[in-house]
Amino acid sequence: MPKNMFEKIWDHHVVAEKPGQPAVIYIDLHLVHEVTSPQAFDGLRMSKREVRRPDLTIATVDHNVPTTNRDMPIADLISRAQVEALGHNVEEFGITYFDMNSPNQGIVHVIGPELGYTQPGKTIVCGDSHTSTHGAFGALAFGIGTSEVEHVLATQTLRQVKPKTMEIRINGKLAIGVTAKDIILAVIGKIGVGGATGHVVEYTGEAIRDLSMEGRMTVCNMSIEAGARAGMVAPDEKTIEYLRNRPKVPQGEDFEVAIGKWISFKSDPAATYDTLVQLEASELAPFVTWGTNPGMVVPVTENVPHPNSFDSQVDKEAAERALQYMDLEAGKAVQDINIDRVFIGSCTNSRIEDLRAASEVVKGRSVNEKVMAMVVPGSTAIKAQAELEGLDKIFVEAGFEWRDAGCSMCLGMNPDILGPGERCASTSNRNFEGRQGPGGRTHLMSPEMAAAAAIQGHIVDIRDWNFS
Amino acid sequence: MQPYNNVTGKALPLERANVDTDQIIPAKYLKRIERTGFGAFLFDSWRKLDSGKLNPDFILNDPRYAEATIIITGPNFGSGSSREHAPWALEDYGFRTLIGSSFADIFKNNCFQNGMLPVQLTDEAVKHFMEQAKADPDYQISVDLERCLVTGADEYTAEFEIDAFRRDCLLRGLDEIGLTLEYADAISEYEVGHPIT
Ligand code: SF4
Repeated sequence: MPKNMFEKIWDHHVVAEKPGQPAVIYIDLHLVHEVTSPQAFDGLRMSKREVRRPDLTIATVDHNVPTTNRDMPIADLISRAQVEALGHNVEEFGITYFDMNSPNQGIVHVIGPELGYTQPGKTIVCGDSHTSTHGAFGALAFGIGTSEVEHVLATQTLRQVKPKTMEIRINGKLAIGVTAKDIILAVIGKIGVGGATGHVVEYTGEAIRDLSMEGRMTVCNMSIEAGARAGMVAPDEKTIEYLRNRPKVPQGEDFEVAIGKWISFKSDPAATYDTLVQLEASELAPFVTWGTNPGMVVPVTENVPHPNSFDSQVDKEAAERALQYMDLEAGKAVQDINIDRVFIGSCTNSRIEDLRAASEVVKGRSVNEKVMAMVVPGSTAIKAQAELEGLDKIFVEAGFEWRDAGCSMCLGMNPDILGPGERCASTSNRNFEGRQGPGGRTHLMSPEMAAAAAIQGHIVDIRDWNFS
Repeated sequence: MQPYNNVTGKALPLERANVDTDQIIPAKYLKRIERTGFGAFLFDSWRKLDSGKLNPDFILNDPRYAEATIIITGPNFGSGSSREHAPWALEDYGFRTLIGSSFADIFKNNCFQNGMLPVQLTDEAVKHFMEQAKADPDYQISVDLERCLVTGADEYTAEFEIDAFRRDCLLRGLDEIGLTLEYADAISEYEVGHPIT
């Protein structure tokens, strides 16, 4: 029987299976961060259990850490306590840890691939929904809750009911100015925020093959925003070249052996999926969210929709509430929306390629005087690389703030938050009410689009941009 | 884990779709390292006005529903962030049972891990219970996990599905880690046969 990639990885990782019970699945890599782990470590201590495979577990701090003044203790005492708790826990249980001042520190989903921990065919989990990012390498990667974090720490396995599979095929080629972010926003707009619930998605098609690894990570990252359990892309030459010589991949001849194993996880040509969704890349424009979930999205050329344009009563009411929260009128052109803040960062769009693309847009220009804009690299290593390339200077000269790595204003757990009523063009993944700060209003878009919005002070179509 | 006991009680009609875990509990309350005490912050930004006063228009603040122990929700409840603080906050506040037409995957798993029951019914059944609870705050609903049956005070009944393992864990309050550790030998054997690169 031909198998798809998910089925191959799943079958490879089944430890035990009994009818009527969720399977016991082995976990190859467990990423840990400060927010969703303290209660799990407490649970281990209370039941006098050990971490079964500290060698398959790595930890870093990202959600809570400040993006300035890293040489000082964290000013917020509760945040500091949480970061310190992780420090104690990794020491007690012998786990590799990249602390706030480590050159390897960064958002978990950025450093996993960067260091080569993320590899095709692996099962990867983290107490964080955007673990789906790692699926870009052909891994089965998904988010779990704190009780499951404890379960993996104690047993290196999880109890899982086998999900369904969905193929999302993006045919053809993207137009210039249209990015990976626009593909995934278009997908969520089409199938809805619950459209892939219970499914693992495999992205296929020419437009996906054409994406860089960074772009594939952006797409897989936001799979969860369509409700998917995980998103994945088959490994190919780009995957292999990205991984070659990374610190945690096999080196030399062992690497060549690993390639054979990795590629074997690719879906068989005759493999099938429970559901198929197709999109034509050439028909896509840059997308911008107007509402309070990522499915409330339109092409930048369109207007804010009218609640009556939705079919169901539930959607109509949701749109009304969203317009009220966002302080927007139906029918307003998206490009007439003024913004106060710009955030370039998060595990969706804070990699070196994203920073390069945004810097091309701002080069030689100035941030609009009414706008406060910031760039937060996804990892300390990306920050260093960008500085090597002089990108920091381009941003700073244009009037952007250049910060230290972390989640920052993606979720506003550290001091980087929107004020009530402030409107932000953001490269992150969630535009929920209050996500970037209580009362804050978020418009999701690509790094190029966010950069252009910073310069103009309102949302613009990047395809009209005159690159200097 | 506390065993799940069948409930009979009043229900809070929370008629919204795609309620995300950022609304159930905002990020600023996730800094605590304990597992308890999150109920005070449940639906914090919907519950409170900018002035800090309680929002009288939010259903959770409606005194007629003060004794509710069940929440009836719109579809895709619990979407977004994987934070287990969301079920912790719901439970701490007094809700161990949720009724809706669909729940986000991670949220659903998190509920099971905490002895809470997300009951998935058809759109039609959810609508019926929602309308009844809206019309009459004293409307009683009984959830019977052994029989997988929800019954309203008007004798309207709806069946639901749940996998046998989860149901057993809930009814007996079983610790999933303890159960998995019974497979310790199989796990060791797997590790020998499957080296990780
Ligand atoms: S950047 Fe945002 S979405 Fe990504 S892990 Fe951090 S908080 Fe979560």
